[in-house]
Amino acid sequence: MKPPRFRYTAPTLLEEALTLLANFGAEAKILAGGQSLIPLLNMRLAGPDYLIDINRIAELNYIEEEDGYLAIGAGIRQRQVENSALVRQQSPLLLEAIEQIAHPQIRNRGTIVGSIAHADPAGELPALLTCLRGEVVALSLRGERIIKAQDFFTGYLSTALEPDELLTEVRFPWIPPQAGVSFMEFSRRTGDYALAGIAAALVPGLDDRCFEARVAFLGIAGAPVRALALEQLLIGTELSERDLTLAGEAAAELVSEDVEDIHATTAYRRSLTMELTKRALRLAWVRREHEKV
Amino acid sequence: MGTRWFGEPVQRLEDPRLLRGKGCYVDDLDLPGQLQAAVLRSPLAHARIVQIDVEAAMALPGVHLVLTAADLGDVLEPSPLLVSHDALDQPRTQLPLALDEVRYVGEAVAFVVADDRYIAEDALDLIDVTYDPLPVVADLARAVENTEALVHGDVPGNQAAHLVQQVGDPDAIFASATHVVRESFAIERSTSMPMEGRGVVARWEQQEGLLTCWISTQGPIPLRNGLAAIFHLPEHKVRVIAPDVGGGFGGKIMLFYPEEVLTPFAAIQLQRPVKWIEDRRENFISANQERGQLHDVEYAFDEQGILLAVSDRFLHDTGAYTPYGIVVPQITSCSLPGPYRLRHYYSEFKAVYTNKVPVSPYRGAGRPQAVFVMERIMDRIAKTLQLDRFLVRERNFIGKDEFPWDVGLVYQDGGPTKYDSGDYQAGLEKLKSALDYDNFLKEQQAARQHGRYLGLGIGCYVEGTGIGPYEGANVRVESDGRIFVSTGVTTQGQAHYTTFAQLVADQLGVAPEDVMVTTGDSQAAYWGVGTFASRAATVAGSAIHQAAVKVREKATRLASELFEAAPEDIEFANGKVFVKDAPHRALTLGQLAIASNPLRYSYGENARKLVEMKLLKGRSGPALPEEQGGPGLEANEFYSPPHASFASGAHGAIVEVDPRTGMVHFLKYVAIHDCGRVINPMVVEGQVQGGIAQGIGGAFYERLVYNPEGQLVNASFMDFLLPTSTEVPHMIVDHVETPSPLNPLGVKGAGEAGVIPVAALFASAVDDALVSFDLRVTTMPLHPSLLHSLIFEEPGS
Amino acid sequence: MQEQSFINAFSETREITVTVNGRRYTHTVPVRMLLSDFLRHELHLTGTHVGCEHGVCGCCTVLLNGESIRSCLMFAVQADEMFLTTIEGIAGMSNELHPLQKAFQEKHALQCGFCTPGFIISAHALLHENPDPSEEEIRLGLSGNICRCTGYQNIVEAVQLAASRLREAREEGA
Repeated sequence: MKPPRFRYTAPTLLEEALTLLANFGAEAKILAGGQSLIPLLNMRLAGPDYLIDINRIAELNYIEEEDGYLAIGAGIRQRQVENSALVRQQSPLLLEAIEQIAHPQIRNRGTIVGSIAHADPAGELPALLTCLRGEVVALSLRGERIIKAQDFFTGYLSTALEPDELLTEVRFPWIPPQAGVSFMEFSRRTGDYALAGIAAALVPGLDDRCFEARVAFLGIAGAPVRALALEQLLIGTELSERDLTLAGEAAAELVSEDVEDIHATTAYRRSLTMELTKRALRLAWVRREHEKV
Repeated sequence: MGTRWFGEPVQRLEDPRLLRGKGCYVDDLDLPGQLQAAVLRSPLAHARIVQIDVEAAMALPGVHLVLTAADLGDVLEPSPLLVSHDALDQPRTQLPLALDEVRYVGEAVAFVVADDRYIAEDALDLIDVTYDPLPVVADLARAVENTEALVHGDVPGNQAAHLVQQVGDPDAIFASATHVVRESFAIERSTSMPMEGRGVVARWEQQEGLLTCWISTQGPIPLRNGLAAIFHLPEHKVRVIAPDVGGGFGGKIMLFYPEEVLTPFAAIQLQRPVKWIEDRRENFISANQERGQLHDVEYAFDEQGILLAVSDRFLHDTGAYTPYGIVVPQITSCSLPGPYRLRHYYSEFKAVYTNKVPVSPYRGAGRPQAVFVMERIMDRIAKTLQLDRFLVRERNFIGKDEFPWDVGLVYQDGGPTKYDSGDYQAGLEKLKSALDYDNFLKEQQAARQHGRYLGLGIGCYVEGTGIGPYEGANVRVESDGRIFVSTGVTTQGQAHYTTFAQLVADQLGVAPEDVMVTTGDSQAAYWGVGTFASRAATVAGSAIHQAAVKVREKATRLASELFEAAPEDIEFANGKVFVKDAPHRALTLGQLAIASNPLRYSYGENARKLVEMKLLKGRSGPALPEEQGGPGLEANEFYSPPHASFASGAHGAIVEVDPRTGMVHFLKYVAIHDCGRVINPMVVEGQVQGGIAQGIGGAFYERLVYNPEGQLVNASFMDFLLPTSTEVPHMIVDHVETPSPLNPLGVKGAGEAGVIPVAALFASAVDDALVSFDLRVTTMPLHPSLLHSLIFEEPGS
Repeated sequence: MQEQSFINAFSETREITVTVNGRRYTHTVPVRMLLSDFLRHELHLTGTHVGCEHGVCGCCTVLLNGESIRSCLMFAVQADEMFLTTIEGIAGMSNELHPLQKAFQEKHALQCGFCTPGFIISAHALLHENPDPSEEEIRLGLSGNICRCTGYQNIVEAVQLAASRLREAREEGA
């Protein structure tokens, strides 16, 4: 299990990286944290001619509090975000999602943006970005594109990114402080890819009914799943057990037969998703009360 | 005698080295001029090889050698059949490289040697093999009596072996018993999965004609013997060393794996050291596996819950070849009666070829399957008669006064299945109290009120350990007073450097750290077998003990002569030998060792002191009198057990099942273990705990999933789920000690014990938790998706 | 033409300088060489083991600039100008075992020893961040390392013991 031959470079300027991508994008892979790419190389399931290592581009190392969203640059490791005081205080949902990614050793290397670019349908961050209606910044010599999460994830391990584009930033919208949130997944062992997972943010209105709901799933289809109909079901409710059951049933319908695997039949994954949805929404709603006090 | 080390939790002598990263595993060796190898493996489960084109691979810069079957000359011989048996009509073993047919995904097809492993793998990508696919036999149930798809074209029905054993008259019992039940049980494949894969480094020294191989193996001496035969070398010109071995668990007792022949072959041919290290992907598809069996059982019991008769017909998946004969199913057959007084038993099995990785023992070796079946029977009796599960077992136990107990079956070693000692009742009582059973029943009731499903499971077993034929030991006091010990077994983490040292230290009055144990080197021990079947402490330990006793006798004789004292007054303590009541006038063991060797030239402080003490006197006659039996304080001894010794145990666990998600969590785990007298309780408990973790893996996490094309679809650590620290619970381990009368130490094996009853108790616990769903677990391993379907889907849907 | 000049940016070998356990090494390596292979076979620091080469088992865990990482999921070239600590450097210059190593021996937290260096490194990183972890936090913190021999219980106990000793030492030093 040794990687095949490739040619390597590690530019220090963003401009250089974009120029290289403009010239070799079709045959090149971007190396960021490498925690998904290098296993694929070691198993010789990927064989790019060129690797462009962006780890030395200092201008990609930023976590910034912007108006309306948290901006994370492509150089930032998952663990840096996990340990960021800003995130710990202001984005508990992001923190909860990151804590469920693999293990500390992986998070010390793996990047936030890399995980988005890899677009694993069972990955935590693509689902979270989808849940929050986040955006990504794709840069090329041709210019900048801001792509909405719903348009970015196009299928299994595939995105709207063009071969000459570099994903430089991901933007997680802020959630209203009174919202209750929950990121929950079922996995076989600690750190495994989830058999099913959910990201949920519920914003209570003045009448303490659900005013706004954002829900997305991971691991249940070929791409992260936005649960628009489910969200509509929740709005205006008090998240009663009956509401939760209806939401759970709606969630089960989102499970695709295409992701049946050795760990979960479709029937099981549906049941799991139903249960997960109920538990996560119940928890999120309880947390909203906690936040409000 | 001073401190007694036997029975003490002595800290391991091997640890500081391993903890500093100074261990030496096979891949840690980088010899000057060394090349690296990689193996091209079959991507198909069954196919005819039409053509192999190696030209492009040969042309790749950095490639030194590409071997196919055609290049092997007279080395192209099937691997030896390691354990033959009359019932094994159709044995088949594997060639080092497939010649015209491949029979499992992973079978070796070509062997590349290059400057490094990276280039060697590049070359594999350039080898072009044309295959003509053949029908695949992947499923055990469909393999047997199959007339169209044959793993070996000349083996009808894919049947390798057929064995029947019977005790008493089960049919007569079935005809008259009140309760007769028929059931089927299925156990899937699993695998040893040591953290260090297999590996070989081979060096050929032309001038000396010496072949040295470092192999991550559990049996270096049989490997040495075989390599000498294969390469037509004298045995003393072949040295096989098992250096530090990163776990074996049975998988490394198999020989010959193809690479164990191909690597030295390439080293001889290239006149350069060659290294082959198995990577994880290879380990999944080429290291032997085990466990796959299908049982059809019929059993009869009476109103009191006494098991009257069992008839078990089972199929054993042996994979594509039978290198290890029928040892595994034979152990299953013999282990099924377990601790119970079963007088009418019919056992019949067929060992069946499939297009999958060959089968040889994995820790437990056929026993977990047998215990699963028997313990399911016990639970069923309890349920049918509304009796307590502990009580049913107690009523069926062989009493502690009934030993030796002859089960009436022929064991894997050809000897009787005859239990030497035990007290099963005592073990179960300890278990019951450690589980706080009465209290649990209340907790369980209370939890159900809150929608929580708690269950308690029990698993009892008897394990044949310490089989022969023999092991040997050399014990020698060196002139610095430290003691050299060598034996032919190997060490894969069982603490032999410490436990064997404890045995010697007790005899010679030294501390364990003064005893230097060597294992796994064919140059240090000519005769030997290997470490498997929970036999090292029992068999090699007894040989070492006997050799140490001999050295002590020799030292006593010599000291009594030098001190002019009666032999019974000679004492050993703190590395010294002295006359009772006169410890001031003592010789160190080193000085006595020098005195035992009548050389003119002796060196060092000990030699000088000896002269100063003026103890050496001239003597008439030969310098080395015949009764001294050769120079030095040294002895060689062999120990050969009369038959296997039978350890036993009772494990129990409390689990919580979440029926909605199919997830199961352990709340408590208790293991009561009887391996006779315990040399080092810390080590035994470690062995038991590790075994339990593997058992939990085998019950709920680890399974090898083959598709109908014979492809292993989960050949990675992402999908083959070894339990981690968050899945394995805290474990309570306690002991019962019924010494074995079969060996001088009174010990029985402990290595495999932990793993054996776990699948059985897990099923028992899940059933108990889900009693309201009327669940009956009959397959292993479980996993959440399967458990969920057992709970919620109608049978057959 | 321009493409030709950019292609020169790429290479198949590179000279790197890495500081491992306080010692600086300068080597020219193929760019595809994994950091684990570099440590083991170029620097002969064979205490870092390789168990899966796909980032699951944790045997190859080392500290990179003080943080635990999988050395099989990084290329040696990426470690250029970085600081690494391997099991060989965990006790520093001392002949004594590190308190973690000592506790592993006392609690019988290793059998075959193959996974042990990875566990010690992971535990070291864990205790650096959390000097007083609960049993649950230890189990969680070590869940990225697989041991096939011990069943983990003694490893957890060893980390608890080492943590308490390290805390005591720190209090005494304070």
